[in-house]
Amino acid sequence: MVKRINSPEDLEKLRNEIIAKSKAEKHVVSVCMGTGCIALGADVMMDALEKEVEKHGLKGKVEIKKVGCVGFCEQGPIIIIYPEEICYLKVKPEDVPDIVSKTLVEGKIVERLVYTDPNTGEKIPKLGEIPFYKHQHRLLLANNGRIDPRSIEDYIAVGGYKALAKALFEMKPEEIIEEIKASNLRGRGGAGFPTGIKWETTRNAPGEPKYVIVNCDEGDPGAFMDRALMEGNPHSVLEGLIIGAYAIGAHEGFVYVREEYPMAAENISLAIKQAEEYGLLGENIMGSNFSFKVTVHRGAGAFVSGESSALMTAIEGKVGEPRPKYIHTAVQGIWNKPSCLNNVKTWACVPLIILRGAEWFRSIGTKGSSGTMIFSLVGKVNNTGLVEVPMGITLRDIIFKIGGGIRGGKKFKAVQTGGPSGGFIPEELLDTPVDFDELRKVGSMMGSGGMVVMDEDTCMVDAARYFVDFLLEESCGKCVPCREGLKELSRILNNICRGEGKEEDIQLIEDICETMSEASLCALGRTAVNPVLTSLKYFREEWDEHIKDKKCRAKVCKALINYYIDPELCQACTLCLRECPVGAIHGDKEHVHWIDQDKCIKCGTCYEVCRFGAVKKISGEPIPPPPKGMKPIRKRRE
Amino acid sequence: MKKMVSLEIDGKEVKVEEGKTILEAAKEAGIEIPTLCYHEGLKPYGACRICSVEIERKGRTRIVTSCCYPVEEGLKVKTNSEKVKKIRRTIIEMLLPISPTGPIMSLAKEYGVEKSRFSGERTYCILCGLCVRYCAEIKKENAITFVGRGADRKVAVVPEKADVCAMCRECYELCPSGKIIDIIGY
Ligand SMILES: Cc1cc2nc3c(=O)[nH]c(=O)nc-3n(C[C@H](O)[C@H](O)[C@H](O)COP(=O)(O)O)c2cc1C
Ligand code: SF4
Ligand code: SF4
Ligand code: SF4
Ligand code: FES
Ligand code: FES
Repeated sequence: MVKRINSPEDLEKLRNEIIAKSKAEKHVVSVCMGTGCIALGADVMMDALEKEVEKHGLKGKVEIKKVGCVGFCEQGPIIIIYPEEICYLKVKPEDVPDIVSKTLVEGKIVERLVYTDPNTGEKIPKLGEIPFYKHQHRLLLANNGRIDPRSIEDYIAVGGYKALAKALFEMKPEEIIEEIKASNLRGRGGAGFPTGIKWETTRNAPGEPKYVIVNCDEGDPGAFMDRALMEGNPHSVLEGLIIGAYAIGAHEGFVYVREEYPMAAENISLAIKQAEEYGLLGENIMGSNFSFKVTVHRGAGAFVSGESSALMTAIEGKVGEPRPKYIHTAVQGIWNKPSCLNNVKTWACVPLIILRGAEWFRSIGTKGSSGTMIFSLVGKVNNTGLVEVPMGITLRDIIFKIGGGIRGGKKFKAVQTGGPSGGFIPEELLDTPVDFDELRKVGSMMGSGGMVVMDEDTCMVDAARYFVDFLLEESCGKCVPCREGLKELSRILNNICRGEGKEEDIQLIEDICETMSEASLCALGRTAVNPVLTSLKYFREEWDEHIKDKKCRAKVCKALINYYIDPELCQACTLCLRECPVGAIHGDKEHVHWIDQDKCIKCGTCYEVCRFGAVKKISGEPIPPPPKGMKPIRKRRE
Repeated sequence: MKKMVSLEIDGKEVKVEEGKTILEAAKEAGIEIPTLCYHEGLKPYGACRICSVEIERKGRTRIVTSCCYPVEEGLKVKTNSEKVKKIRRTIIEMLLPISPTGPIMSLAKEYGVEKSRFSGERTYCILCGLCVRYCAEIKKENAITFVGRGADRKVAVVPEKADVCAMCRECYELCPSGKIIDIIGY
């Protein structure tokens, strides 16, 4: 049975005890047990590590910690050894003996597991010096990698629940709201609404009880910043929620976690249980007269389920569908009671602001957007993963400094921020700072922090088509502009990509987008036009080429490309001829090969298999005729 | 007595009780706004968007649905601005191929929509939800419901409740397209 914390002094005492206890250990080995690393075999490696440490009699000298996602998932499984902060990447069970005998016993680095700069070849053992981490500013993610998310003691040791103690015992609810307002904190889940004003609205709204809610729906495909926080540091979200509840005057809260996030749900549920045992949640929190309870709600639904009114209807036990909210959910939300919904990241900012002050928070970022933002950087960059950056950093710095530039030396084409309904930002706007208002000005948005990088091999018409089709699937279908608009956009865009576009399509697209963005019921329909409009605005030539010249310059739209064998390059190896599934390729060992265009189904197999780069994709230009007779091959000079 | 709120609709000073919607206020002032999914006996739903109007608030204009938006002191409303008309025309174009029925046809005529550029499948139902909401809110039976999402959304009878419908059929009167007769049966 743990001892209840009945005052701020109790908390401080406990913290000191925990710290004193852990001093005995020389090394802390953090093993990332995030969803990404487990998928790559972190759990097997972990077992090996535990056995190896025991074998070397290091128990008591080395502490092994299972930590949450450290953000560099594609390099997983990841191990970080403290205090040196040595970071080992792609660690396999076979690597464990070396790690233990070399690093933990002898204090040496295992070179092969260390990050290698792809440009300079330099080996970088220290986590904070790897370019991916060096340019980040980790506040919310600072403790992912340092604490075991399933241990409340770990959280308390790094200063956890200190902000709660300060809020409950040194601040009035109104003062907390003033502090949040002064910090300029804006919602990290979508529209960037000022958090302090939302809290105040709910506090002042008539009606009891009031509710506070965490939005961990994260329906954005490919994004996992909210999951990483919930899995890796659930107590920080919970602490923010308790402080918010106290400020708002709520005694009941919900954490809405999407069905696909079992570990996030498990870790936050455990955090709630632990906090209750320690008296940090439930009746008379920390001996104060404030009481608050939290329930986890598992939500199964589409992308639109994360929209505030849809989410609240789902918590009521009904089908989660958006409804008109000219009266804000902050005033009439769950069961028509005042309900304050914030994103996971928003809640997690709260303890930091309370502890370090609004002024400190405002000193990070820009005038209009303070603090940091976590992005899920994916697509055609060298380094993908979770990046936490100060607001105001340029897109260029994120992509080129942190992301390490474009993969394979290709050229950058566009970056989409804000998830599936974010806009595509072109090269000439790469110096746009990450800021709620600046991103909106260029036709995109912050959203919840998705960031997809596209290179020259991306067709911008096809990319718009892709997101329209995605959003059509995810729209609830309730209101006419979004449902019928997306349906028609999907038809038109698919036609254009199939080479069946007409010039008048552009006008219709613009009319649809106008009506959708002005008149849709919820923000899904209103923002769904961003990919289409920015693609049209910044990449108009590509649309014209598709429609008029039947050309796809990125050579993505299947209907607009042909495969062709360059007779100068073909070495008559017959590989493509043998691999072609429909027998469209002619030739023999003595003669260059050629493709019968009438038979070719454009599967691209020949393009993939040719080792001489002889198979070319062409678009919008005439296909050279097959060689007359059988042309002998021109052998490459050795 | 309820508090009164005064606002301006199409340049006309209108005074109505607090809590009323723009649509209700306009009606009291004799100004007509087209509707499809609105019914005075049911809760505002906001699905068809044909009742969209332009409002001005704190110097900023925006489009809102008049059947849902509650009146505010000093609000300026334009029920038939160019922007509003354009939005309505597009919505009519969207619905016309799906449901070339009485209410849509007469709206098309009124707004000068001769031909639609849209290609929605002719299913007749415009998904206004009047039937579903009548059944849920007035009859409290929930015998019909929406199924599917996005493009696949449609109205269906809850199988276990088919006999309830057979005895009732009160929603038939509300259906603007007549599709409900197909869904529930004669
Ligand atoms: C289609 C749609 C999906 C959304 N999905 C999410 C989500 O997954 N997570 C989230 O926090 N907010 C999401 N939002 C935004 C929420 O409606 C709401 O604005 C947000 O949770 C408020 O929190 P904040 O003020 O902290 O940003 C979504 C909005 C829309 C329109
Ligand atoms: S905008 Fe789309 S998702 Fe939102 S209510 Fe309308 S149909 Fe549903
Ligand atoms: S095109 Fe390439 S794969 Fe085919 S025969 Fe010539 S060299 Fe071989
Ligand atoms: S069946 Fe009729 S009343 Fe029901 S949603 Fe369709 S059009 Fe509306
Ligand atoms: S799961 Fe290990 S770094 Fe993300
Ligand atoms: S009548 Fe107002 S949205 Fe349908």
